[in-house]
Amino acid sequence: MGYFSDIYKGIKTLLTGMSVTGKYFLTSRKGAITQQYPDNRDTLKMFERFRGEVVMPHDENNEHQCTGCQKCELACPNGSIEIIWDRGLDETTGKKKKKIDKHIYHLGLCTMCGLCIEACPTDAIVWAQNYENSTYDRTQLTKVLNRPGSKVKAGIED
Amino acid sequence: MDTTIVKSNFKSEEYFINMGPQHPATHGVLRLLLTIDGEIIKKVEPDLGYIHRSIEKMCERDSYQQIVHLTDRMDYLSSHINNEAVCLTVENALQLEMPDRVKVIRTILSELTRIASHCLWWGVMGMDVGALTTYFYGFRDREMINDIFEETCGARLTMNYNIPGGLMFDVHPNFVKRTKDFIAHFKTKLPEYDTLLTGNVIFQKRTKGVGILTKEDAISFGASGPVGRASGYSCDVRKHHPYSAYDRVTFNEAIKTEGDTFARYQVRIQEMWESISIIEQLIDNIPDGDVQVATNAVIKLPKGEYYQKVETARGELGVYIISTGTKNPYRVKFRSPGFSNLSLLNHIAVGGKIGDLVASMATLDLVIPDIDR
Repeated sequence: MGYFSDIYKGIKTLLTGMSVTGKYFLTSRKGAITQQYPDNRDTLKMFERFRGEVVMPHDENNEHQCTGCQKCELACPNGSIEIIWDRGLDETTGKKKKKIDKHIYHLGLCTMCGLCIEACPTDAIVWAQNYENSTYDRTQLTKVLNRPGSKVKAGIED
Repeated sequence: MDTTIVKSNFKSEEYFINMGPQHPATHGVLRLLLTIDGEIIKKVEPDLGYIHRSIEKMCERDSYQQIVHLTDRMDYLSSHINNEAVCLTVENALQLEMPDRVKVIRTILSELTRIASHCLWWGVMGMDVGALTTYFYGFRDREMINDIFEETCGARLTMNYNIPGGLMFDVHPNFVKRTKDFIAHFKTKLPEYDTLLTGNVIFQKRTKGVGILTKEDAISFGASGPVGRASGYSCDVRKHHPYSAYDRVTFNEAIKTEGDTFARYQVRIQEMWESISIIEQLIDNIPDGDVQVATNAVIKLPKGEYYQKVETARGELGVYIISTGTKNPYRVKFRSPGFSNLSLLNHIAVGGKIGDLVASMATLDLVIPDIDR
């Protein structure tokens, strides 16, 4: 008796479960619910806060906002940021002032914690939303964030 | 005829078999050394250390702000709750009172994390006992939570959204709408979970009466979270030692007394309903205000020892910090729920079959980086 009732119950619950999957099979009009990457590369847009990599925005005069205060370097937990800095002459005041020579960012070490961007007092570094960071050579993951010949925007103080 | 001779002719032999470190049912690099007799398990010895990253030692090197992002990498399915644990410890040591807005947002995010973690667990639980469909249904709903996190925190898994002293930045303007959309969506989908798996006869036969843990054993093994609660041990930190905004919401602690695999399954399903109810109570009236309390750029805890426990999706996570008054902690110890829950695996699996071991392990909901740290 128990044997047959088990079979009956088994078939019944099987059909109950299949009613859920069958419903989706018949009614889903949306197509695939997964991302059709890389076919949707052109339309795939990440959220504005997405942490892709750290970049330093430059304006049209090739000027950035980094004063070389090194707060990002101190905030970084694993040494992803190295700043090589120098003292240069400030044209307006005529005094010597700290300026960055190279703002080096090791993407390969970065854990995307966002502490550097929190620490930056002048918003010189921000998150970029690119997500295709794989390269064939790991040396390409070491990036110099300030462009060649760039200088700090006038009036930026830390 | 002497029967003893006949018996010895059929004497079976115990032998060892390795389950893992690369086994799909161990959900990570956990090696289980099984002593089995036929298919009956005689002994289970977990072997750890395959992904040990010395997080506790790295914490001694880092400043208090930098510790937070390491805890993302312990129990990666409840990373927000881990972050919160460290932040609460530091804030309590500094005697900082968080604004209401911070508390409420933290609680909502913690509960979303819990739902996301349980969704994933439900998917792989079904997969472990042979129902692959559940995996996709669980991930479908988890994806919506991941989008909420990605929009607000900037990351899907390793959020690092909490900082000692509040939140890194305010929630995204879409946060409330998205969360409400998710709750409305998930309330219609959660009953499907029951239809699809809970009522299934095959699933019930695989789980009922398997891996029984009594209340006494649960307490003596230090079980916490759904594993402890399924054995009737009332151990919800949110209820007994409320932190953040848990004191202003009403929810039931999901408790079962059977202590078997099916009870642990039911507790987690029940917890998802409770999480929905907590989020619903908070989402409509998030208080206005700041999301940060000013702290020093270099946080130095007063000399002493500090402990804070929180309820992650897996159980009780404790953070123990010894400070000597410098900018780095002298010692950090994490009491992780997965480690204690793994310790009772031998106890509940002995005498069962290998298939039962897989079912038991699935409801322990082990996350190996949490165990190894």
